[in-house]
Amino acid sequence: MHNLKSITALGGTESRIDAFTHITIAENDGVALASVAARLGKEKKCHTILKKLLGAVPEAGRAQLHDPEAGFWMGPDQWMIGAPRATHELLADDLKGRFGDTASVTEQTGAWVCFDITGPAMPDFCERLCAVPIRQMVAGDARRTVIHHLGCFVIRRETDDHIRILGARASTQTLHHALIITAKAMA
Amino acid sequence: MIINHPLLGPRDSAEFTYLGDAKLIDRPDATSENAAQEFYEYAYLRDNPAGWHEELWFHEAGDRSWLVVTRNTLTHEISKVELARDVARSRGRSK
Repeated sequence: MHNLKSITALGGTESRIDAFTHITIAENDGVALASVAARLGKEKKCHTILKKLLGAVPEAGRAQLHDPEAGFWMGPDQWMIGAPRATHELLADDLKGRFGDTASVTEQTGAWVCFDITGPAMPDFCERLCAVPIRQMVAGDARRTVIHHLGCFVIRRETDDHIRILGARASTQTLHHALIITAKAMA
Repeated sequence: MIINHPLLGPRDSAEFTYLGDAKLIDRPDATSENAAQEFYEYAYLRDNPAGWHEELWFHEAGDRSWLVVTRNTLTHEISKVELARDVARSRGRSK
């Protein structure tokens, strides 16, 4: 039996945390993700299952912050579902069992890197980083935007000073670099 | 230029990429007798109106949906924005 150790998206054995006085950038290695796309003609059944899973069907541009599974709207009849990786490592298989042939489910955990940005300067940081209207956004708003030419999702979380950024895992270092230089530029 | 996305509200046109004439939705029937001529016209012939024009725009930096935008090429005024899939379905496609 191989004795393998998993590494995080940034290549460490533990999630990296970059703490500045005004902002903290924390790699979040604990999120399991899967996408759900309703199949043609089965949208209503898919919505019913989604509502049972999350408490509500996330509207356009919104996330449903819910435990253990949470989800956000990605596009018409498409959602991303997230859950703690420790308990939901097989999230996609689990969701496929629930949705059956009403939706196409794709494993996304290995495709994304997740950063949690917290701190009093979060709105200023966000304005420098990307073109989302952070001061108009309320908890649970989710936007897809472009950060240094990378397509990313920005989700405003429940606490006032917290956003979560999902970016392509293959470009983790680039995204991390963008976050760090933005934090440094504000210091 | 602001494009009023039907789901996400007003967005800057820099978030979108432009494809071209929305007639691309009306793909010819490959089994018809004149298929070669119809595909030649579909692929190469475009109107270039000075005035109202239906265009396909892709929300590349947004929800990645395709839109049909009715835009005045003289003034850049936008009179209507619809999801391309709704337009295609209303013409009997993807049912």
